[in-house]
Amino acid sequence: MSSSIQTTIIRQPADGDTALTPNNKSAEVIHENRAGWLMLAPACILLVLFIGIPVALAFVLSFTNARTISPNPTRFIGLNNFTRLFSDPTFWRALLNVAIFAVVVVPVQAGLGLFLAVLINKKVRSSVFFRTVYFLPVVTSMVVVSLLWMFIYQNDGMLNQVLEKLTFHHWTAVDWLNNPQTALGAIIVMSIWQAVGQHMLIWLSGLQTISAELYEAAELDGCDAWHQFTNVTWPGLRSTRNMILITITIAALSLFTQINVMTQGGPRDSTTTVVFEAVRSGFQQQEMGYASAITLVFFLIIMAITAVQRRITHSN
Amino acid sequence: MTIGTASSISVHEDKTIKEKYRRNRLSIGGWLVRILFACLFAFPLIFMVVSSFKPDDEIMADLSSVKAFLPTGNVSLDNYAQVFTRVPAGRFLLNSVFITLVTVVLGVLVNSMAAFAIQRLNIRFKKIIFTFILATLMVPFETYAIPLLWWINQLPRPAIDQFGLYFTRGWMDTLTIQIIPFIANAFSVYLYMQYFETIPKDLDEAAKVDGAGWFRIYSRIVMPLSGPATATVVILSFLPMWNQYLWPLMVVQSENNRPVMIGVQYFQQMTTSWGQIMAYSSLITLPIIAVFVIFQRQFVSSIAATGVKG
Repeated sequence: MSSSIQTTIIRQPADGDTALTPNNKSAEVIHENRAGWLMLAPACILLVLFIGIPVALAFVLSFTNARTISPNPTRFIGLNNFTRLFSDPTFWRALLNVAIFAVVVVPVQAGLGLFLAVLINKKVRSSVFFRTVYFLPVVTSMVVVSLLWMFIYQNDGMLNQVLEKLTFHHWTAVDWLNNPQTALGAIIVMSIWQAVGQHMLIWLSGLQTISAELYEAAELDGCDAWHQFTNVTWPGLRSTRNMILITITIAALSLFTQINVMTQGGPRDSTTTVVFEAVRSGFQQQEMGYASAITLVFFLIIMAITAVQRRITHSN
Repeated sequence: MTIGTASSISVHEDKTIKEKYRRNRLSIGGWLVRILFACLFAFPLIFMVVSSFKPDDEIMADLSSVKAFLPTGNVSLDNYAQVFTRVPAGRFLLNSVFITLVTVVLGVLVNSMAAFAIQRLNIRFKKIIFTFILATLMVPFETYAIPLLWWINQLPRPAIDQFGLYFTRGWMDTLTIQIIPFIANAFSVYLYMQYFETIPKDLDEAAKVDGAGWFRIYSRIVMPLSGPATATVVILSFLPMWNQYLWPLMVVQSENNRPVMIGVQYFQQMTTSWGQIMAYSSLITLPIIAVFVIFQRQFVSSIAATGVKG
C-alpha cells in the first residue's frame, strides 16, 4: 500500500495542481475504501440475507421442530429429525431415484451433447440453423416441456399412437407416467431432450478453443476421424468436461419441476426426489425442521460430490 | 510447421485449403443425422404451436399422422380466447414481465457495482468478501429454498405509509419476494470482474485527474465500455427468472401475484382441454423463443461463458 502511495506522489506534482501531501493521500485511501464499501454493500447484504443466512439456517433448523406458522415456540430437538429421516423409506426411495436419474442422465446427456457439438462444429452456413433448433428446448421452460410431454406420454398420447403405427397395431398402449416401471425412465428421456442443447453449446465453445493446427498435424500423421477425436478433441476438452460433469450432476440431483408438474412423486414413490420431499414436508406440511434436515443432507451430498469431482480433476 | 522452402509452403497451403474445404463439407450421412435430430428437437414444439389452434377432438384425431404437425382442419384462435377468459393470463404475463425486468435491471446495477469495487478499488477485507461471493456460486438454490422460506416468514419488511416508515411481516405473497432474493448473483459479479479486467486502468487514472469520483468512473467510463458483459448477464439472468417455478410455488398464494409458470396449475385442475393448455404454453414460450432467435448469437456466447467457470 505504501509503495503505491509513493509512486503516485512522485507522479502527481507533474500535474501542477494542488500538491498532494501524504496526509491528503491517506484521506484518499480512506475515501477509496468508503466508496468501495458503498458499491459492494448492496450485493453483499443481499447475498448474506438470501443465501448466507438461509444456508446457515439449514444447519440450525434441522435440529429443531420449527414450523412455518406455529403457536408453540420452536424447540431444540437434537437428532430427532435425522433419525426420523433415515428411517423413512420414502426418503431412501427419493435418494435412490435421484441417484438413478443422475447415473443415467449425466453420461447420456454429456455424451449426446458432445456428439451434437461435434456434429455441428463445421463452418457451413446450415450449422447456425441446426444449432438454433437443437437449442430450442432449452429456452422453453421445464414447466411447458413437462406439460407437453405429459400429452406425449399419456395413454392415448402421441408416443403410444406412433408406436402402434410402427408395429402395425401390435403395440399395447403403456401409460408411461402412471406405471411405476416406466415413470422415472420417461422423465429421464424428457429431461435429456430438454437440456442437452445447453451442454452442446458449452462443448461447442470448448471445441472451438482447440486449434485447427492440431487437427492438421493429426491428419498429416494419418489419423482417421476417430483417432483425431481420441487424440486431439478429447484431451483438448478436459476443462470443459469437468465443468459439464459438475453442472449436470448438480442439476440432476436437484430434480424437482418435472416431478411436481407431471407425477407428484408417484406412482408409489417411483419418481419422488430429495427436493420434492423437502418441498412436500416444508411447504405443504409446514414442517420446517424436518424439511431443513432433508435440505441439509442434500446440501452435504452436493458438497461431497463437488469436492470429489474437483479432486479427480486436479489429480489428473 | 514454419520450416520449409517457399515453394513447399505454397503447395502445402494449397493442400490445406482443399483439406479444410473437404472437412467442412457435409456428407449425406451428416445431413441425415443433423436433420433427424432437428426433427427430434423441433417436432414436439411445432406440435405444441400447431395444436394450440385446433379444437380438442381434432388434436386427438390428427395425432397418429403427419397432420399433428400441420395447421390443417378447423384452425382458429378459439383456444387463445378461452385462455384469456377462463384464466387471468394477461395478469400473469404482466407479473412475469415485471418480475423479470426488475430483477434483471437491478441485477445489472448491483452486481456490476460489486464487481467494480472488487476489481478496481483497494478495500479492506477484499479477499474475504470475494471468497464469500464465489462460495455462494457453489450452492444451488434448491439446497436452501426451504430455510429461505422460513427465514422470510420471520424477516420484518420495511414499508411506508402516510405515517412514515414501519415494519411488517408481509414478505409472503408479494411480487417483491419473487424479485429480491435473485438480484445479487455471484456469477454475474464474476462475469463483470472478468470483463473489467480487460478495460485499461489508465482510463480511471485519466478521469481521476479530471476530478471524477469512483462512482463517476464506474458509471461514465467502465460501464459504457462493458456492453458485451451486460448482454451476457442480461441473457443469463432473464431466462431463469421468466422460468421461475419452485420459489413462486411456495411464496405466492393470491391470483394477483402469480407469474406465468404457476398459472399452468389452473389448467391441471380444471377439466383438461389440451387445446387450451397448448395455447397457454405457446403464449408463454413463443415470446422467449422469438427473443432467442433474434439474439441467438449473443445467447450462444453467453451460454459459452458459463463453461469457463470452475
